[in-house]
Parts: sequence; structure tokens; C-alpha cells
Amino acid sequence: MKSNKVPGRNRKHRVLLYAISTCGWCKRTKDFLKDNDIEFKYVDVDLCSEEDREEIKKDILKRGGRLSYPTIIVDDDVIINGFHDDMIKEALGI
Amino acid sequence: MILLKEARQRAENDARMHGYYLHPDPEFLRNLLEGLTRNEDRYGYPSCPCRLASGKFEFDRDILCPCEYRDADLEEFGFCYCALYVRKDVHEGKTSIVPIPERRPMKKQTRAYAKVVETSTEMQPHVPSTESEQPSNIEMKMWYCRQCGYMCFREDPPHVCPICKAKAEIFAEIIITTQVLTPIRRVKE
Repeated sequence: MKSNKVPGRNRKHRVLLYAISTCGWCKRTKDFLKDNDIEFKYVDVDLCSEEDREEIKKDILKRGGRLSYPTIIVDDDVIINGFHDDMIKEALGI
Repeated sequence: MILLKEARQRAENDARMHGYYLHPDPEFLRNLLEGLTRNEDRYGYPSCPCRLASGKFEFDRDILCPCEYRDADLEEFGFCYCALYVRKDVHEGKTSIVPIPERRPMKKQTRAYAKVVETSTEMQPHVPSTESEQPSNIEMKMWYCRQCGYMCFREDPPHVCPICKAKAEIFAEIIITTQVLTPIRRVKE
């Protein structure tokens, strides 16, 4: 699956964002991470092949998440559904 | 190709008709409207910009903007799932806009992940399939509103009756049974 990498000076955590390319909340999340200089990878799920979508679905569900976007996964450990900046800040320690 | 101003006009008209407003942040609003035009271009219909569409109309019909869940979300939270439409108090800044839970049932959400033959690659416009090898497994039924008599043909009854505003629980399924009472004979001339 192809992910896009956004460089940032803060590389303390491994951040993966599942997003939808047309979603306002997903854009807000991307902007938030960029503004905070966080390095992250993102996948626009709507631009993915059906096989990749299925993989993403399994990945989110196995972590106990919901199939809504944005979904942010920090360090393979924390999953946050929706742009909850307070939760993202806490997970990233910023 | 639909223009942004047309999408804006359509949303404004719909908001006015229902006594709603559009998202107060001009940039956020523009993003949503651009998302709607993008979806209309690639799928052929304006599905919700914040939900994963399958690209098949019969699977996505409930998330065509304005989606089926909008009115219930506006009533409960003051704004819809993507926050394109907001209530007056939200428009006036008395209620803030935060992410809200997805109201769309899981069984419908997962249809966007269903395996189909075609695959779309990044940045290429999605071509809506006309004849998928996967037959539609959606069972459509006839429903009627027991309060006002409104009838419709859908998978589920609507959340709210569009005529009398009765809730989904008021709807009942119409089951038609046919019984041949007398054999039909062709009369020879």
C-alpha cells in the first residue's frame, strides 16, 4: 500500500493517518500535524485499490477503531477516530 | 463537470429550505464543497466528502449529500457528520463544532470495502461500474407511513417521514402476496 510521507522535525512518534482526500476533517488533521511539525505518513483511503481498502479496514478494526476518517494511529499503539486535537496532542506529548 | 459555485448554490438553497446554515468557516466550507464536486465528478453523484464511498450508486445512496443522517445529526448535535450543514445556534457561535460519531450503520459502511473486480489507481478518476460481477445484495422493500400514508421503495424506512415527520418506527413494510383465484384462460376468437 502506498503511503505519503510528510516530513517534520518532530519524529518522536510513528504517526500513520488514514484519511479521505475530500474530507474537511481529514484536511484539518493533516494541517494540524504539519503546523506542529510532526512527521507523519498518510493514506487517502478513497484513492486506494479495493485490496488496500480491505487491508485498511482490517487494520482499523483489529485495533478496536471504527471505520471513520480521519483515523490516526500513533506508534502502532494508540488509535484515535476523528479529529480530536486534545487526544492527538496527548498521544504525541505536545 | 459541476462548478464550485453550483455546489455552493445547491447547498445554500437546501439549507434555506430546511432552516439550516452552512459551515461558518469559509475555508472549511470551501473544502467540503470542493469535495462534493470532486465526488460528483468521479462517482457521478455528490456523496458525502467525509465518508468512504463505494462508487456504486446503490451502495452509496444513503450518503448522497444531503445524507439520510443529516437531519437526525442536526437535531442531536447541531451539525451533520461532515459539518456542511449547521443549526442556527452553531451558526451564531453558541455551539461549537466537534467531530461526532458516525450514525450510518456498519453494514452500509462496509460496502465501500467490498471486493469488486475493478480497481482504481491514485489520481485517476474513478469510473463508476455499470455491470459489476458482484450482484447487488441489497433487498429493497416497500414501506408506508402509518401516520400519513406516504409510501416509498427503499432498503430501510426513512429516519423521518418527509411528509408528516413521523419517525422510522411508525413505518411498516408493505407485503404484497398474489393469489390466483381463477385460472386464466385465453378465449379463442
